[in-house]
Amino acid sequence: MIAFFDDAGFILGGYAITFVAVGAYAWRLVTSGRKLGKHVPDDDKYWT
Amino acid sequence: MTTLDPTDTTGTTTVASSTGRTPGTRATNVIAIATGVAMTWLVLFALVFSPADANQGESVRLMYIHLPTIWVAYLSFTVTAVSSGLYLFTKKQSLGWDRLAGASAEIGVIFVGLTLVVGSLWGRLTWGVFWQWDARLTTTALLFVTYIGYLAVRRLGGSHQQRAKRSAVIGLVSVLLLPLVHWSVRIWRSLHQSPTILDTDLDADIDGTMLLSVFIGMVAFSLLYTWLVMYRTRVMAMEDLVEDQGLDLALAERRAEGVGR
Repeated sequence: MIAFFDDAGFILGGYAITFVAVGAYAWRLVTSGRKLGKHVPDDDKYWT
Repeated sequence: MTTLDPTDTTGTTTVASSTGRTPGTRATNVIAIATGVAMTWLVLFALVFSPADANQGESVRLMYIHLPTIWVAYLSFTVTAVSSGLYLFTKKQSLGWDRLAGASAEIGVIFVGLTLVVGSLWGRLTWGVFWQWDARLTTTALLFVTYIGYLAVRRLGGSHQQRAKRSAVIGLVSVLLLPLVHWSVRIWRSLHQSPTILDTDLDADIDGTMLLSVFIGMVAFSLLYTWLVMYRTRVMAMEDLVEDQGLDLALAERRAEGVGR
């Protein structure tokens, strides 16, 4: 347990960097999807 | 053909027949929820339930994100190559394959970047240094740079078909780096450990809870990849359509100018 706290900055930092980076990318996708969705007719959205 | 709203004065192109539907569907929502659940399990198993390693101690917990991120990178670049081949070698030459290739490569670049960052943190704990010009690390960095180049080529000018053709060729050639990266630890003497899971004998020499944690990580990140690639491909399709609309509008304006003279 003591060893965990010694390395905690690196371990938790690794998890934080991964989740923040992926979360930011996913958020960017969602917001750009919302914006573009208003400018494209529904007939052209093959997933609808 | 798209119907542009003539009453629009905002400078942006709004479309009369759009209800503003996003790329989200029931399928993407289900995958998003499943990803969230799997990620929660991953964090619990990786940081709480799995034991410390006999040799590496607590730092082994970084393996539970390091392995899934490089797995997603391998998967992404393989999907890019397959989609590129399907674009080039099918009669229809559908831009859908090109968009899937581009979306997958973009995600792959993010994940190989994360692999390098998390790997360097793990390296600092086990080797005492963040970086070594070791065979595995160097080939992984080369993979990262190569696919950044692929993404840069996609942004060069030209029609969608031109973009698709030139990037498909690069997508097919670049994937040849994957076996080099994976087997670099065997080909050259390396600081990096040999493959733990994806070995030729498929006999994972690892504790049961650790293996389960790795498995949960693989599932969680594969689900995440599926969601990201579906969403990114759809956003890319809309970007292409908006670009085409802009081009159509510019052409219509030029024609109107010509008639007015």
